[in-house]
Amino acid sequence: MALLEVKNIEVYYGVINALKGISFEVNEGEIVTLIGANGAGKTTTMNSIMGFIHPKNGEIVFDGKNIVGMPTNKIMRAGLTQVPEGRRIFAELNVYENLMMGAYTSKDRSQVKKDLENIYSLFPRLEERKTQMAGMLSGGEQQMLAMGRALMSHPKLLMLDEPSMGLAPILVSQVFDMIKHLNETGTTILLVEQNAEKALAIADRAYVMETGAITLSGTGAELAASEKVREAYLGG
Amino acid sequence: MDFLITFLNGLSLGGIYAMIALGYTMVYGIAKMLNFAHGDIIMVGGYTILVFLWINPIVAIIASVIFCMLMGIVIEKVAYKPLRGASPLAVLITAIGVSYLLQSIAQMAFGSAPKFVVIADLGTLKIGEIAIGYSTIITLACSAVIMVGLNLFVKFSKTGRAMIAVSEDKGAAQLMGINVNNIIMITFAIGSALAALASLFFLLKAPTMTPTFGALPGIKAFTAAVIGGIGSIPGAMVGGLLLGVIECFAQAVPAIAPYTDAIEFSILIIILLVKPTGLLGKKRREKV
Repeated sequence: MALLEVKNIEVYYGVINALKGISFEVNEGEIVTLIGANGAGKTTTMNSIMGFIHPKNGEIVFDGKNIVGMPTNKIMRAGLTQVPEGRRIFAELNVYENLMMGAYTSKDRSQVKKDLENIYSLFPRLEERKTQMAGMLSGGEQQMLAMGRALMSHPKLLMLDEPSMGLAPILVSQVFDMIKHLNETGTTILLVEQNAEKALAIADRAYVMETGAITLSGTGAELAASEKVREAYLGG
Repeated sequence: MDFLITFLNGLSLGGIYAMIALGYTMVYGIAKMLNFAHGDIIMVGGYTILVFLWINPIVAIIASVIFCMLMGIVIEKVAYKPLRGASPLAVLITAIGVSYLLQSIAQMAFGSAPKFVVIADLGTLKIGEIAIGYSTIITLACSAVIMVGLNLFVKFSKTGRAMIAVSEDKGAAQLMGINVNNIIMITFAIGSALAALASLFFLLKAPTMTPTFGALPGIKAFTAAVIGGIGSIPGAMVGGLLLGVIECFAQAVPAIAPYTDAIEFSILIIILLVKPTGLLGKKRREKV
């Protein structure tokens, strides 16, 4: 059974039909990516899964439970979390406090301590800067912090929304390497990206979204080789 | 000597304003609304002390704090929560409505004539030429403890940090598993408890209570919160203390004493002209 199953969800913003009945699934251990142009509905899809938006129709089944209509904080407690677009770290808290916010729902202090050490070993930069206000970090560091913060809760499924946005090319590669590494160490990942080339390179499976619908799907390699995808998203 | 006494009285009054201002600023920071009924919670606290004073003063004070906390929670649940996501104007008008409702209920229950609420006669401390009321000293000490305590709570407790997170980014806070509704409820409870304590300290200074008692200190504390930078906890403290000191010094000079309120509100206007975000207010960082 799939870890996450999105079945025919429809979302409206007023009269605008933003998602026209999309369906896809993420299996345990996979990296799945949603690619598509700006406005295709990728972020809307994520926000629907996370409970920020309630779809009008359709079902979202996570870990065997329909989570449509559940509040975001409960969905998060069920083991699903998101690194939102624009990172949205808490600028008025320092790096350490931001990471501890990620462990807000954990009760086991010794486990939290271990997780923190683990995050610091994944992102040594964060340890160096742990007492700095998060607002003072560079874009790349903020992205690491946002990922570290999300990982502190041991999500069963980690969703990343445009993690490469606004980063220098060298940092973009680092972020994708990190996503691959997280997946190899046991985190299931749903990745939304405009950088289709990089996303397809690390994805097990991928879906292409266009104006609120899924128009293509396949393995990362298949889509990277597809004529249509190459033309539209990979620059020919 | 007069200068020192006026300054201490000012700090003590400012401490009370700061306590009330904290309620405004925390609710604004977290629920993004101006709770204009907050001043009237002071009045509710005063009458609650009156009702329970026959048992003994300590019981009355505790009852007042608890009743105000419950009141704050109920008002939020009944009047403001259904309007979450509504236009700020609708919420503002509702808050003004709640304010009048509380005043009217108090007037029906206790009449509009002033009630005397004598909690304790604390007397005056005399050291040489200096004579200062014990109520002033107690108010100063308690407000200092409260402010330090609140800062520590916000900075170091899990709930306090969750409050910072919610005030900064509600969506991201939810992604941490924070129940935003609970945090808003706790904020209202803390703000209302501080308002109840403020009424205690006002009554120690001057033991009368009327249904509209909360209106003026409410608006002054709101002014203090805006001067300090609304949404900022240290700002509310600085703004409150500043306003209290200015008020006491203005009243100490006979020529300008009648214009005390005008002077305070003029300072608000001047500060807003020079620094629209208030003294310690931060400009909200635009998100990329």
